[in-house]
Amino acid sequence: MDRQDTTDYEDGNALAGPLGELFTADVTAAAGRCAGCGHTALVADLRVYTHAPGLVARCPNCDAVILRLLRAPDAAWLDLRGTVYMRVPLPPA
Amino acid sequence: MARAAVPGRLKAPLTWQAARLVGLRDETPSARTLVFDVPGWSGHLAGQHVDVRLTAEDGYSTQRSYSLASAPDGDRFELTVQRVPDGEVSPYLADVMEIGDLVEIRGPVGGWFVWRPAEIRPVLLVGGGSGIAPLMAMIRTRRSLGSHTPFRLIYSVRTPEDRYYASELRTPQPGDGGLEVTHLYTRHTPEGWPRPAKRLQLADLQTHGWPPEFEPVCFVCGPTGFVETAAAQLVALGHDPRQIRTERFGPTGG
Repeated sequence: MDRQDTTDYEDGNALAGPLGELFTADVTAAAGRCAGCGHTALVADLRVYTHAPGLVARCPNCDAVILRLLRAPDAAWLDLRGTVYMRVPLPPA
Repeated sequence: MARAAVPGRLKAPLTWQAARLVGLRDETPSARTLVFDVPGWSGHLAGQHVDVRLTAEDGYSTQRSYSLASAPDGDRFELTVQRVPDGEVSPYLADVMEIGDLVEIRGPVGGWFVWRPAEIRPVLLVGGGSGIAPLMAMIRTRRSLGSHTPFRLIYSVRTPEDRYYASELRTPQPGDGGLEVTHLYTRHTPEGWPRPAKRLQLADLQTHGWPPEFEPVCFVCGPTGFVETAAAQLVALGHDPRQIRTERFGPTGG
């Protein structure tokens, strides 16, 4: 298995609060496609690192960065270049 | 409760609110349950969590996430905090906070790692250490609703002294019919315990979990290593990976 030996990460459930400042829908149940390897994972299953400034979420398949979120005093910076798309389940309109 | 019952539909993005400590009780020598009151609390789904923020006088702030451990109960909810050595948040919550003190919380959040009572599949709960907290919210919610959904809990801890909610899980409460509880120990067992101290094994999940043919929904929570091992074991036993919901607390689990 090509996994890192260390397990010093949490998962995408940790993004629920920070992304909840930006989105009204729950994103932990959203599916995101990795721009690096094409793997589709639930946000809840992303590897989330909280030690760096901001939050970094990596693909559980290839470890590429899928998203970054940095909360500044007057803004939130959301970098989604590692995500091809995100599919967010919503109740019927 | 309509807002909480419809996943994903919220009126406005959540922001920080003041929560007042109204009760506390020690679960173990290193873990404490805190009872908070938030006027107008919207209630929560079992499995959700809140973010807790502490701000120092110089403006430095830090936050951690804690699972809601209680069933919905009006303006009140409970968190169980494990004291992490040299932690930035847990020592304050577990040792310093007093009744009447306020802390900032944001939530409830999380729509994936949630047990919805309308779901009739049997439920397998696999908890490691502090990972029992959101699973306990599920057990308590089930009890409060008089749900008949079959529940099995497998709770792995280091020693008997490390068990959270020990008396509550040892003695079935009214409403717990259909809940089966298995404790596993990784370092020291009670006197005469048939299973030697060791980590969670495939055989433990096979013996004390549900057969894959029952198509249970599985919730696995605890330190990251524990969760990933247990989830892989469940898949190896034949469980559908899409029915395994995980919450990783990080390397220490605190």
